[in-house]
Amino acid sequence: MDFQVVVLAGGTSKELVPLVSKEVPKPLLPVANRPVLSYVLEQLELSNLKDLIVVVEGEDAALRVGGWISGAYVDRLHVEVAAVPEDVGTAGALRAIARHLTAKDILVVSGDLVSDVPPGAVAAAHRRHDAVVTSMICSTPVSGPVESGSVGAKDKIKKPRRFNIIGLDPTKQFLLYIASGAEVEKDLHIAKSILRAVGQMDIQADLMDAHMYAFKRAVLLEVLEQKQNFHSLRHDVLPYLVRTQLKSEILLNGTPQAEENGHDKVTSESNQTIISQILANASTPRFHEVYESIQNGSPTVQRTHKCCAYIASNSKYCARLNSIQAFSDINRDVIGEANHLSGYSFSVHNNIIHPSSELGSKTTVGPHCMLGEGSLMGDKCSVKRSVIGRHCRIGSNVKIVNSVVMDHVTLGDGSSIQGSIVCSNVQIQERVVLKDCQIGAGFVVSAGSEHKGESLTRKEK
Amino acid sequence: MGAQKKGKVAEDAMELARNPLQAILLADSFTTKFRPITLERPKVLLPLVNVPMIDYTLAWLESAGVEEVFIFCCAHSRQVMDYLESSEWHKQPNFTVTTIESHNSISAGDALRLIYERNVIHGDFVLVSGDTVSNMSLTQAVKEHKERRKKDNNAVMTMVIKKSKPSPVIHQSRLGTDELFMAIDPDTKQLLCYEERGEHPRGAISIDNALLADNPSISLHNDKQDCYIDICSQEVLSLFTDNFDYQHLRRHFVKGLLVDDIMGYKIFTHEILSSYAARIDNYRSYDTISKDIIQRWTYPFVPDVKFSANCTTKLEREGMYKAPETQQSRSANIGPFTVIGKGTRIGDDSRITHSVIGEGCTIGSNVSIVGSYIWNNVTIEDGCELRHAIVCDGVIIKEGATLEPGVVLSLKVVIGREFVVPAYSKVSLFQQPTAQDSDEELEYADNSSGAIDPSIADAGNKLNGGIVSESSQIQDWSSSQLGPGGAGFIWSACDGGCEEEWRHSVAPIPTDQLAKALLAMEDDLEIVNVQENALTPSGELKPGSDDDDSDNMDDFNVDTVDFEKEAEATFMRAAEDNIAVDDLILEVNSLRLSYNKSAGDCAGALFYPMMKLALESPYNTAVELQKNVASVVSKWHKLFEVLAREVDDQIELIMKFEEMCLESTKEFAPIFSQILHLLYQTDILGEEAIFKWDDERKDADESDRVFVKQSEKFIQWLREAEEEED
Repeated sequence: MDFQVVVLAGGTSKELVPLVSKEVPKPLLPVANRPVLSYVLEQLELSNLKDLIVVVEGEDAALRVGGWISGAYVDRLHVEVAAVPEDVGTAGALRAIARHLTAKDILVVSGDLVSDVPPGAVAAAHRRHDAVVTSMICSTPVSGPVESGSVGAKDKIKKPRRFNIIGLDPTKQFLLYIASGAEVEKDLHIAKSILRAVGQMDIQADLMDAHMYAFKRAVLLEVLEQKQNFHSLRHDVLPYLVRTQLKSEILLNGTPQAEENGHDKVTSESNQTIISQILANASTPRFHEVYESIQNGSPTVQRTHKCCAYIASNSKYCARLNSIQAFSDINRDVIGEANHLSGYSFSVHNNIIHPSSELGSKTTVGPHCMLGEGSLMGDKCSVKRSVIGRHCRIGSNVKIVNSVVMDHVTLGDGSSIQGSIVCSNVQIQERVVLKDCQIGAGFVVSAGSEHKGESLTRKEK
Repeated sequence: MGAQKKGKVAEDAMELARNPLQAILLADSFTTKFRPITLERPKVLLPLVNVPMIDYTLAWLESAGVEEVFIFCCAHSRQVMDYLESSEWHKQPNFTVTTIESHNSISAGDALRLIYERNVIHGDFVLVSGDTVSNMSLTQAVKEHKERRKKDNNAVMTMVIKKSKPSPVIHQSRLGTDELFMAIDPDTKQLLCYEERGEHPRGAISIDNALLADNPSISLHNDKQDCYIDICSQEVLSLFTDNFDYQHLRRHFVKGLLVDDIMGYKIFTHEILSSYAARIDNYRSYDTISKDIIQRWTYPFVPDVKFSANCTTKLEREGMYKAPETQQSRSANIGPFTVIGKGTRIGDDSRITHSVIGEGCTIGSNVSIVGSYIWNNVTIEDGCELRHAIVCDGVIIKEGATLEPGVVLSLKVVIGREFVVPAYSKVSLFQQPTAQDSDEELEYADNSSGAIDPSIADAGNKLNGGIVSESSQIQDWSSSQLGPGGAGFIWSACDGGCEEEWRHSVAPIPTDQLAKALLAMEDDLEIVNVQENALTPSGELKPGSDDDDSDNMDDFNVDTVDFEKEAEATFMRAAEDNIAVDDLILEVNSLRLSYNKSAGDCAGALFYPMMKLALESPYNTAVELQKNVASVVSKWHKLFEVLAREVDDQIELIMKFEEMCLESTKEFAPIFSQILHLLYQTDILGEEAIFKWDDERKDADESDRVFVKQSEKFIQWLREAEEEED
């Protein structure tokens, strides 16, 4: 497949402080004891998309990510790691690496996507419709821990989180409207012209743009170049393309560039469209074509472009690790309901206990749990729905529920951890009670203290 | 409790069994779209493929299981009632037809209020107008409605809709109705938004965010057509009574319910997939529906099936229907999709295609009729040519006359020999009612409910009376507009905007209009693109920067500009007419209050015209100009003394003057400091203002300091003088 993949891995994202640090940039955050980036890379490998550029924000982070990738994927994928300055936005990141993009189509994936939707399917949908952009759209993930407090649950019922408002055509193949939920304060404004062209538009608020896009390279580069103020793919480029699909600005202005690509195989191009029509079961012409045929008076080359949507089926798992809440959710899900993603084989008790780990007497590890390599647990501990990293030392009478404990963590006797995230190298002394806390790397929680809903980090020196 | 519940269920069942399905049929459209014909005849009695429209509606209601129909007659009520009495409908078993007559209803809302008062509706009912052609089964829709109603008492109405995609080019459906945007919940089929064309000209449809909060998904439709068949609960009538300002069923009632979230009434939709339903709204729908009937989409309500008092015709090849007793010359050529009524005679070599010819017509030889609707007892003499016209009862078209596309000839009009009736003209024996004829109409034209049938209102009655007397006089048509021997008036088309005439006419849409519409569509897109590009790059409006806001901004600017213009005009007038300064001050003050401006604004606005005045009087040298200024200023200085009392206002004045010297009236630039001195002497400007202005300019760019420098000396002198005083 002539597809080049750009993985936007991010850097030290602010939303994830204190989980991320200089040592652990966002792409390397562990999800079920594997860096989150590995989930994307593995899916790409499965779809046989092996030509990748991983874009990381910040030089240091890029070095770390590059080091990890070259270790883990050396013979499996062809990966280049590119560093871009921080805060250039997703569009800026692509601008920075524009000259490395050579393939006809570009697949842009966010590095924090944990999903089992095959990227190949998105690429195929893109090709089938000869679209300018294809966006992968999934249903909004269920947020919050399963047994979360009733107060929080109530709020959520009242106002479900809205990621995107998405307008689709009745066949659910074309993207007609997109806005992010937060932006729409009062009213949606939907252009009548597109509605007239398509007749019916289904507007859905329960879908999410999963940040996996297939672009035509020529179009993408042109938009990035012409619209220098575009900062983000999701907020600027995609809505722009969707909005102008009936009166394409890019293709009109960009005909020389587009043709330069297409000229050498004009005949095959036209063949391709025929094939693509057959593939798309286009017994009835798509509305774009109908619309164009109405405007037949004008001799212009092409007036419309297509924006497609690939809707992931509900059974697929799809989530983005872009908040602390999402981090806990994804960790929970990957060892829980979406455990096929983790790549581990689960024991009969529906948990994973590394053979090199040691459990004390009367210690129980419940289902949907994971215990990493070389971790030691004392007596009478209880672990429920939690992930524990490698080489942790856990004392006796420790309770760990709904939590993520990363590598090299020491937990003192009698401590209780609930709904919390404990980063690497943290020391938690005796009888500490943590509820809904995040403990930054290397922090020491003194004995007997109790914390609830706090975020504790070591002061940066 | 349980017993009660049971009792209630039983009651429900009883109710269902006891209450026959009722229908309200509005035999009045409360519009003027079928004028001039409706001046003489009610719309529901107009023949549609040789059968009065109301018969289609009644036949369908009867076949759909409606047992009791209340026919609301208003315009020409006598004619409707007479027709019904003479018809078969009163003799049907299990089908009662009751007429309700009113003379002062001017809208569907009034009609429903009246029916509510009569207290004849006892349950769910079907609300249709008498111009509906349908063959849909009501059973399913009524069942759905009742079930919904059982679950949710607020589900008061079910609207029947049908798929029909309007042309994206001319934005109207094939029925000639305006495009319609609806938002429907795909699961419950609840109607969430109903928007007809023209309400949001901005090219975007807005959907309340709150709707999305309640429904995760919404379907927006542009491809549905409102059939104007509603299944209503009894509440609908009382709702009309409660909201006495509801007039139009859609514009007021439906929108009112959708907007009102206090009562929480809900409207649902029922989509029909395979059956037919349409309403004759205008001449174009008349044309379209006639064709649908001929092409048998409305089966069993087609010309060769007897469903009312119509006489059956015989279907021949190519969709030709011929009634018995027609006489047709051997050489006459009758084309496809044509209906020929009983007793019609067609002469030699005449060609008729895609047309409907009524009963008892006489068509001469060499006549060509294409796509036209010719009613009963029409005489068309030799050599006439008719294209896409409607010709009513008793019309005589004399030899060699031509009707261009879109012509409507009302009852008994006579077209003179070899006369060419121009396209889209409407011809009637009656003169076009002028706007003054009925105030009523004007009033309702405003809220665009399309005005009213003429005979409803008093004014209309008067008009009718006038007409009767007029036609009883033997008119002298010799000076007719319709050629030699013609009789009738050509109505000027421009009461609804002549450009739009083609939209609703029977004639096909002319290609030049299509081309125009195409261009407009392009523009439309352009506008959308431009508009949205002006928004945030993400294409959504930023909160707060809503359309309204920009409107306000516009308003504001317009206001300011208006104000300045008006102030200037006021001043000029005062200067010309030599009005005393005190009077001018009064006038300016009232202006200031009406625009809500400050005194300083006024001074600023008046300063410019004053200086211009100085420029207007002839001068050769700067000294002369200075003299001119001195004379003007001395005349009007009092004005500014009153208006620019505050130091800030005076500074404003100086700045304004600076601006003028730089831009509009550069002539003053060389003598800036002299004029400043003058203004100081005449007490228009105080020292304080001049000092402050000087201070403000100290840090400004060199280019802004030109005039400060120029008046350096003067300012220095001023400062020294002040010090001395101290």
